[in-house]
Amino acid sequence: MSRDSIGHTLIVAVVLCVVCSLLVSGAAVSLKPRQMQNKERNRQKTILELTGLYDPKVPIEESIKNIETRVVNLDTGEYVSDIDPNTFDPRRAVRDPALSESIPADQDVAGIGRRENDSIVYLVNKDGKLDQIVMPVRGTGLWSTMYGYLALSNDGTTVRGITFYEHGETPGLGGEIDNRQWQASWVGKHIFDEAGDLKLNVIKGMVDTTRPNAEFEIDGISGATITANGVTNLIHYWMGPKGFGPYLHRLQEEGVVQ
Amino acid sequence: MAATKPLDVLIDPVANNNPIALQMLGICSALAVTSRMDTAVTMSICVILVITGSNMVVSLIRSQIPSSIRIIVQMTIIASLVLIVDEILKAFAFTIAEQMTVYVSLIVTNCIVMGRAEGFAMKNDVKMSILDGLGNGVGYSAILLIVAAVRELTGSGNFFGVEIFKKSADGGWYEPNGLMLLPPSAFFVIGLIIWALRTWRPEQVEQE
Repeated sequence: MSRDSIGHTLIVAVVLCVVCSLLVSGAAVSLKPRQMQNKERNRQKTILELTGLYDPKVPIEESIKNIETRVVNLDTGEYVSDIDPNTFDPRRAVRDPALSESIPADQDVAGIGRRENDSIVYLVNKDGKLDQIVMPVRGTGLWSTMYGYLALSNDGTTVRGITFYEHGETPGLGGEIDNRQWQASWVGKHIFDEAGDLKLNVIKGMVDTTRPNAEFEIDGISGATITANGVTNLIHYWMGPKGFGPYLHRLQEEGVVQ
Repeated sequence: MAATKPLDVLIDPVANNNPIALQMLGICSALAVTSRMDTAVTMSICVILVITGSNMVVSLIRSQIPSSIRIIVQMTIIASLVLIVDEILKAFAFTIAEQMTVYVSLIVTNCIVMGRAEGFAMKNDVKMSILDGLGNGVGYSAILLIVAAVRELTGSGNFFGVEIFKKSADGGWYEPNGLMLLPPSAFFVIGLIIWALRTWRPEQVEQE
């Protein structure tokens, strides 16, 4: 068969495709465990940085021991003991109808469609007392679902930090939710007012610190109103009755949180 | 393609026939990954691996490749190699992979790789093709590393992330030039390199 005949062309194309796909999928499958390990370390590092426990000189495995991981039932707010927090995968739970529920459109403030029944919280203890609660949050921005963590102080309302570890917002505009300075401006703000109402908002423009509501307001991001609204919405959803509201309530009633 | 001696094939692309400085190929990635030395080094290693590998494979099967689909065949081989390199990076150099994952995928579109596969490996034997791939990879890397060294040093006062010039913000004397961290600054540096190269080797200047 000549090199340029149709038959030969087809054979070359098919053989090449099969060989290449075997090689690529072989590499992907065999390296997956290591990649997952890296991802996990990266996530742990994110939490350590958020809570201020990250020390480059100390191995991550060592520092993460100071953080307690628990699984929480979002409806009751109780800890779940029959799920191992180290193997529990909230993202898989969201796809499993038995482990998650779809959110009615009128309640779906954050635009996430489905919510897992159980979620993970990370507890930072200091001198034997609860110091910070880190909760995973997510919501839709302009282009993507933004995944992040919100750390609250042991009063259950003061923000200790926020970070986003995965999103696809426009770099330079919505992508500025990664900006360390902007994230730092969250620290010390309050989620709830005295009456326990959700008040925190990302506003348009800069926060006027003389206004009485300044403690509930976050500077807007210019050119990224929809992303900023998405952030407000995700805070409202996850701090609300369908998110971690019941859990925070329970901690308050038990006196763990003042 | 006048070079016939193996050593010439290897050495030529570094100074005489540099892919970036003379052939003007692969400029796009040279802008993107050269704001820091560590990403430039990783990118260099990846490109050397991919270009050598693709030249080798293309040359190995060159007598079998039907001319009607030869570009697609080359592209498939290059893309597969890039995907494998990307997987390896994610497994063994995670933080660096995080910073440059999109640029690693963009090696596929790096004109040097494709250009050498089509321009050299399709016509030459395996040994020569490997040498040509290595040579071009090293030539590309040389420019990349020079540009990255200049940009990191002037842009952030660092070299491989280690502080060389004490910055004025920390009480030192050096005011970092933010422009050098932006991709367009690589154009200036590459331009200066080409100028220097052509002053040294006037035969590289195109004749009117």
